[in-house]
Amino acid sequence: MTNPPRRFLPFVLTALVAAVAAIGGAALLVNIFQHKQEARNPFYRVVDLTDEIDDPAIWGKNFPQQYDGYKRTVDQVRTRFGGSEAVPRTPTKADPRSVVAQSRLEEDPRLKTMWAGYAFSKDFREERGHAYMLEDQTFTERQQVVKQPGTCMHCHASVYLPYKKLGGGDLMAGFEKMNQMPYSEARKLVSHPVACIDCHAPDTMQLRVTRPGFLEGIKALKAAQGIADYDPNTMATRQEMRAYVCGQCHVEYYFKGKEKRLVYPWAKGIKVEEILAYYDEQGQVDWTHADTGAGVLKAQHPEFEMWNQGIHARSGVACADCHMPYERVGALKISDHHVRSPLLNINRACQTCHKWSEEELKARAELNQERTFRMRNVAMDALVELIGDLKSARDGGRPDAELTAARGFQRKAQFYLDFVEAENSTGFHAPGEALRILGESVDFSRRGQLAVRGVAPVASGAPLPRPSPK
Amino acid sequence: MRAHAASLLVAVSIGLAAGLGVYTFVYAKGASYLTNDSRACANCHVMNEQYDGWSRSSHRAVAACNDCHTPPGLIPKYATKASNGFWHSFYFTTGTFHEPIRITERNRRVTERACRKCHAAVVDAIDRFHEPGRELSCLGCHRSVGHLH
Repeated sequence: MTNPPRRFLPFVLTALVAAVAAIGGAALLVNIFQHKQEARNPFYRVVDLTDEIDDPAIWGKNFPQQYDGYKRTVDQVRTRFGGSEAVPRTPTKADPRSVVAQSRLEEDPRLKTMWAGYAFSKDFREERGHAYMLEDQTFTERQQVVKQPGTCMHCHASVYLPYKKLGGGDLMAGFEKMNQMPYSEARKLVSHPVACIDCHAPDTMQLRVTRPGFLEGIKALKAAQGIADYDPNTMATRQEMRAYVCGQCHVEYYFKGKEKRLVYPWAKGIKVEEILAYYDEQGQVDWTHADTGAGVLKAQHPEFEMWNQGIHARSGVACADCHMPYERVGALKISDHHVRSPLLNINRACQTCHKWSEEELKARAELNQERTFRMRNVAMDALVELIGDLKSARDGGRPDAELTAARGFQRKAQFYLDFVEAENSTGFHAPGEALRILGESVDFSRRGQLAVRGVAPVASGAPLPRPSPK
Repeated sequence: MRAHAASLLVAVSIGLAAGLGVYTFVYAKGASYLTNDSRACANCHVMNEQYDGWSRSSHRAVAACNDCHTPPGLIPKYATKASNGFWHSFYFTTGTFHEPIRITERNRRVTERACRKCHAAVVDAIDRFHEPGRELSCLGCHRSVGHLH
């Protein structure tokens, strides 16, 4: 009893240990509680969404996670062969943008030769994220060179509600009306870049196609395949819709006739030669080449078409699987609405299926892209040489009749090359197809050069003799 | 008298800690991990995808999680369960793990052996000529039989 503290020491220590255990237990309990709470997949309906609300910020109140990702499409990040870089510029009255993407024309001046006489030779920059689609379209210098029609809004703005309003409730009527308006007039009717309402039904959040161009295009394509009256909104599978909503805009297109109707040229199929055959049949000429007088075509971002020829499409992998991969947020599994290059998100985009390291997967993708890029350069040189030959012949006074064949080859070579050049994957969406197209483009350019020199053109695309099976 | 009070304090402390521990164990459905029920593996939601995949897979009727992810034998089975249970809890609690989640090399070997246990006749016919260290991997080609992701 002389030294009580010493006697009580074991008791105090034991109590301390028990207290620490209790703290650990309580902390674990709280952590488990938190994890159980996240597992409840909370959804709070803050606002009632209708088909008349197109402001993504309002939709975002019910779906904050998805909205947060959507807003992040402002990011400008480069990948090895694509992606945009933030380039500062001095705002002017005509163009108040203080940041733009790098100019592709400065990167590769051969593009100016390819597009001589067309607005794209004035201003063509790397595409930026979805957030910029409306702004970049409004202020591109191309607007100052040519009068663009209201048709452009189809894919540069959230246009579902404006179409319906303009058409008095009829989407198609609104589409037809806006196509015929001048760009500046149509611009006043829209206020958002692509928004939730363009791909989702407000009551069920189910994916839906709202773009008239795609509805008509896929109908024509399916009709060519023997399926009558195809409507993706009632006949497509959920997985097909995960590609179709992107295919609403990431496609090759043209403005048909005086009505400037947006048409996806798929009535004969969606391979490059099928699209060109359709254009030839329609007599479509996007512009007359300034150097050569050839009636040529501009291909524009045929991602949907190219992806369709690739192994991922064949395996049932949709655009959203790689560009909007699932991510875990707490216990929620959501689609990443920060739409971007899968190369910036390899673990979620690729590793869900491919069990290799991020470095290996990136190397595989870039290997395909590098091969495409090299071949694209070969095809570009060949085309520039053909254009040079044609220009000299024309300037030298050769009659048009003697240049017809060579101009035909230029039209083909140029469309094939641009089909890969304008496609935003540097070949990755279908590596074999991209190289095939570029190879044929080189062939067309060289045949064109022979034609300029008066060598009789050999029928292009004639079937090769096959070794007979034994 | 004082000693008595101190003992009481210790007893209460230990009782509190033990009670909290028992409650946490029950609340976290700790006992379910000792069973063979596959639902236990998706108690914490991080395995939801794997559980969903398995419930639609070709093996759902013939193999539960434990059949492929634990070795045969009572002691190896529970040793594996204990090890995985600890590390899974650790990473899930701290949140420091790679996503998408990946199987460890040791667990992959366990699963590989499980394929060969049930499909011995077939595997033996295929794999008998491969030297040690260069055996074929069942999972290399049949990754989706249990659950794809």
